[in-house]
Amino acid sequence: MPRSLKAREARLAFYMLLPTFLIVVLIVIFPVIADFWISFKDIKLGDLRPPRAAVVERVEARPRAPGDPLVVAYRVENRSKNPIQAVRFSDALPPGVRPVSVPPGCQVTGDRLFCRLGALPPGTRRVLRLRLEATAAYFQAGRPNPRRTRPQAVTRAANPLLSKPFTLANFPKVFHDPEFWPMLWVTLAYTIFGTGLSILLGLFAAQLLVVRFAGRNLLRGVFLFPYVAPVIAVAFVWVFLLDPFAGTVNALLLKYGLAHNPIPFLSQRVWPVHLLGLELRIPLALTMVILFEGWRYFPFAFLFILARMQAMPAELFEAARVDGAGVWATFRFVTLPQLLGILATLFLLRFIWTFNKFDDIFLLTGGAAGTETITIKVYDYAFARADLGLGAALAVVLFFILALFLTVYFRYAPKGEV
Amino acid sequence: MGYLIGILAGALGGGLVYASLSLSLALFGGLATRLGLAVPLLLGGGLGLVAARFQPKREAPWPYLPLAALGLVLGVLLPESLGVGRGWDGLAGLLTGVLAGYALRDLKLHPPDRETWEVLGLRGLRAVGLVFFVFVVVFPFWGMLVASLKPRAEFLANPADLSIPLSAGLGRLLEGYRAVLVDYHFLRYIANTAYVATVTMLLTLFLSVLGAYAVARLEFPGRRWMERAVLLTYMFPAIVLAIPLYAIFTLLGLRNTLSGLIVVYLAQTLPVALYMLRSYFETIPASLEEAGLIDGCSRFEVIWRVTLPLSLPALASVGLYVFMIAWNEFLFAFMFLDSPEIFTLSRGMVALNSQEVPYQYLMAGAVIVTVPVMLLFFWFERYLVGGLTAGGVKG
Repeated sequence: MPRSLKAREARLAFYMLLPTFLIVVLIVIFPVIADFWISFKDIKLGDLRPPRAAVVERVEARPRAPGDPLVVAYRVENRSKNPIQAVRFSDALPPGVRPVSVPPGCQVTGDRLFCRLGALPPGTRRVLRLRLEATAAYFQAGRPNPRRTRPQAVTRAANPLLSKPFTLANFPKVFHDPEFWPMLWVTLAYTIFGTGLSILLGLFAAQLLVVRFAGRNLLRGVFLFPYVAPVIAVAFVWVFLLDPFAGTVNALLLKYGLAHNPIPFLSQRVWPVHLLGLELRIPLALTMVILFEGWRYFPFAFLFILARMQAMPAELFEAARVDGAGVWATFRFVTLPQLLGILATLFLLRFIWTFNKFDDIFLLTGGAAGTETITIKVYDYAFARADLGLGAALAVVLFFILALFLTVYFRYAPKGEV
Repeated sequence: MGYLIGILAGALGGGLVYASLSLSLALFGGLATRLGLAVPLLLGGGLGLVAARFQPKREAPWPYLPLAALGLVLGVLLPESLGVGRGWDGLAGLLTGVLAGYALRDLKLHPPDRETWEVLGLRGLRAVGLVFFVFVVVFPFWGMLVASLKPRAEFLANPADLSIPLSAGLGRLLEGYRAVLVDYHFLRYIANTAYVATVTMLLTLFLSVLGAYAVARLEFPGRRWMERAVLLTYMFPAIVLAIPLYAIFTLLGLRNTLSGLIVVYLAQTLPVALYMLRSYFETIPASLEEAGLIDGCSRFEVIWRVTLPLSLPALASVGLYVFMIAWNEFLFAFMFLDSPEIFTLSRGMVALNSQEVPYQYLMAGAVIVTVPVMLLFFWFERYLVGGLTAGGVKG
């Protein structure tokens, strides 16, 4: 009996979705699981380099006449910190020699020596002595030095991700880092204020461009610039413009008398401001990265809010006008209620993405001067300190915080709007 | 009272126009200007008075033309007669006239009521807001361009002067670009980046068309669940994936290769591409495809001959969006690529960001990275804006 149409359709759908599904599972889902795995292991960045056996060849006795012995010692050494499971090496022998004694594990086939060695613990070495006898042919060939040909070694080592023992040491290290709690607060401040600022600016910009005027479409394109430009370009430009000595911003502030000394915007942790006899301690670099976040992502909010506003029915505004509502009242009671859905969605989306953000702060300050967020710290642990296990442990912590946010997102996200 | 409001609004508008114009001229044109208060206040006040008497109507064909013309004439004459002319005054007068007209257009002035003040405040806020946003957005990009054209010493002499030294001659102006493109191998990086972005775009389009079609048209168990799960992965932070991918790709020998990079980009763009195309496919009437199926086409023929030709705009936005993501990507390019022969532009920029390389070159590099994206963006803005709002580009 032929399979039903329905089953055939499901099968076809399965094949059509399979590649996408596989790629997402392999590159997204699997790494998250691998993070958990690595976080319970003590893996350093250097462990990824496969340990290689160094084979050094030394000639201990050289023949003077035919029949004399030629002794070659091979020192096989594991100079890495990881065990080698097996070593194989081969070397070409000079012409005109006859093997007398071959070390265990080795054999001479034709004019080549083949050796197979077992495990080599880290920091250990083994010496293999090969005794040969030189014949007349060796002297006819001009007494070639055996060291002229280099031994070729192939090493087999266990995958460090699989072989290293499990440990619980990474998580206490993460939580006992004195910078752990400050880092969480910085992340939270960056996320909340960055998100809020970008949405507020976007709301404002959308109000400006919702009315019709000449050049509006051009301006809409221009307003999207910060968002579509490559992050590496805009981050480097702001670093340059905000430079205390060569930067345009400081030059302008000095020129118009708004500052007495150049302000190191991205490299100073705290900037004291005296206001009405009070000293306010502004976290300068953090404020700057938040402003950058607002600058770079306001177009995102702007685009969504503008699209929503252009879809609002004109009758509502007409009715409000007839009822004598002023500008502010119209905005407050007609525009804003219709925007609430998109604003909430934008806030959740941007909140999660800002929380996940790495590139911007990394390129602006590198996490210095009180701008180290949790993502920067993950990078710092894993690559600057070369401790993958520790980095993965913090990544797991990050993942759990994110899972919390995502639960909130899917619980409260308005239906129908992404 | 109405005339007083007119004078006030005009004077404020004049102040705004003169302030922003002279700041722009000083900053972007290198022209030394001083802010005089008298001219903008007098001119703006006068224009405001005229605007209050002859209020422009929205319905009129060229509502601001008379005021703009008057502003132009006064803007030239007034500073001349006061002996403070500086050029550009005509433009300033013209803009002030337009602004005064806009501020008082269709306004209930004689006598004013509460709404008059609200509308006036709103229009003022709009004018200030527009100036603010345009300045804040354009300023860094202009700064990037200028810094890429000026040698370091020249720039350092006066960092507050962002004018382009056109007198230097084209050869000297473009010295930074020559050095970056040739000496620092950016020509090769451009080719690498274009290759990575194009391959990513084509593969993503191919795979997501298949996947999106399956989700949109075919019945199978777990259809909605599957799509949600795919979309969920879009919320995962790149840095969480970075450590395992770095480790595994290193052990597999995939790390320092462009193919490895493309696979990662595929995973980053496929979920949204799938989501965007699925939404679009669902707007195409299924009856069109059924007609094709009844005529004896296979599923794939239907997709190729019916669905795809109808979804060209969606394909364009998805393709552009994917290309842009791949072109701009930084983190994985930075972590994966070690060999200069296969650097993408992002990775090349990091290499350029060192003490030994002058800032002029770095800025020239920044312009080179940015310009292709901007060109694409303006060329296809219509599609791209559709794509951005449909999927919400991650960033």
